[in-house]
Amino acid sequence: MQKPRGRDAGKHEASKKNGHDFREEKENREKEVMETALLAGHILLENGAEISRVEETFDRICRHYGVESGNAFVLSNGIFITAGSEREGYFAKVQHIPVSGTHLNRVAAVNQLSREMEEGRYTIGQLKQALESIKAMPEKKKSTRILASGVGSAAFCCLFGGDAWDMAAALFAGLILYGYVLFISGPHLSRIVGNIGGGALVTFLCTFCYLFGFGHHLNFMIIGSIMPLVPGVAFTNGIRDIADGDYISGSVRMLDALLVFFCIAIGVGMAFSLLKGLMGGIPL
Amino acid sequence: MILQILAAMVGTVAFSLLFGVPRKYYPYCGLIGGAGWLVYSLAVRYFEPEAAALLATIVIMLLSRAAAVWQRCPATIFMISGIFPLVPGAGIYWTSYYIVTDQLTLALHTGYEAVKTAVAIVLGIVFVFEIPQQVFRGLERKEAGE
Repeated sequence: MQKPRGRDAGKHEASKKNGHDFREEKENREKEVMETALLAGHILLENGAEISRVEETFDRICRHYGVESGNAFVLSNGIFITAGSEREGYFAKVQHIPVSGTHLNRVAAVNQLSREMEEGRYTIGQLKQALESIKAMPEKKKSTRILASGVGSAAFCCLFGGDAWDMAAALFAGLILYGYVLFISGPHLSRIVGNIGGGALVTFLCTFCYLFGFGHHLNFMIIGSIMPLVPGVAFTNGIRDIADGDYISGSVRMLDALLVFFCIAIGVGMAFSLLKGLMGGIPL
Repeated sequence: MILQILAAMVGTVAFSLLFGVPRKYYPYCGLIGGAGWLVYSLAVRYFEPEAAALLATIVIMLLSRAAAVWQRCPATIFMISGIFPLVPGAGIYWTSYYIVTDQLTLALHTGYEAVKTAVAIVLGIVFVFEIPQQVFRGLERKEAGE
């Protein structure tokens, strides 16, 4: 509240009507540039880009549209931006960006857009519109993703040495697992409980398949089917952030990846010990 | 082995779909994933599994960066799905399996191996990212000139 009043007072002293309008227009424009750059950063961070890319894109947009003092501080779950100098108005904004799914198509689209922007093809208004439409880009259909998870599980089952029956069982477990991820674990459970549940679910499903003679190598079936849970994105991005020197975000992402790794292992272990108790031994 | 490489390619493409990779990049993701597994399965005959994982990661990262420059898009798209076959998912499983079955020595052994593999992947990624972008730019010009 304090700052705008002070700024207005300064303006009245400093300039006549014309100068005032001009400055206001300039400030509005700077504000729009900052908002647009923040939107670009938001989309990138939310959809699984590394920190340095977010900062770089932000800087590019600011410099391209002439906001020299724009500055961003990016963490794995938030963006802090400020601008302001003797020549430019003051602007600050903080945005909290919770960790959500990975949509690399949006990252690629923003990247492409920023290249085209550098060639001078967009006004700031058009850029903002383009970003809004990237933000609204549709996700892959749920049925497609469930199918992909099943096929991926079967493929990894084969990769680690399973035969055709094992692959069929892994396909089945992978399908159900991703249904669980999309409809139960994702929206309702924390990462810890969700992944323990996922690991346990896969173990139960595969053991039942195995007990009914469907699939011959329980190990390979389970290994294939837990692959959709494995936090490859967090792991890879964490390493890249640490390699870039973004230690805070990098360690948060690595911690996230390690946590998920452990939770999957705990889930599998818990299911095994339950089965062991019920049946007097692991059926292998 | 050809079957395994095919499986690696199919698996990589399926996972790249899960992460929302644009459709036109699926073939690259598949090829990079397959190439990574090819290198791993060849190297594992002569070296320790961790060294093989390191080599395979380096190959995946080099290919990803080359493809990224060539296709003008972030390298993340190719590397995340390409690296999946190497991530020690099996290590997680065996470790918890041995713990539950009271085979602690084996559990420690496999857990340690999984950590070593993870470190190898980390080193592979870090090494390749140290290579300056200009090296790959040169490659892009050649590809475009042809």
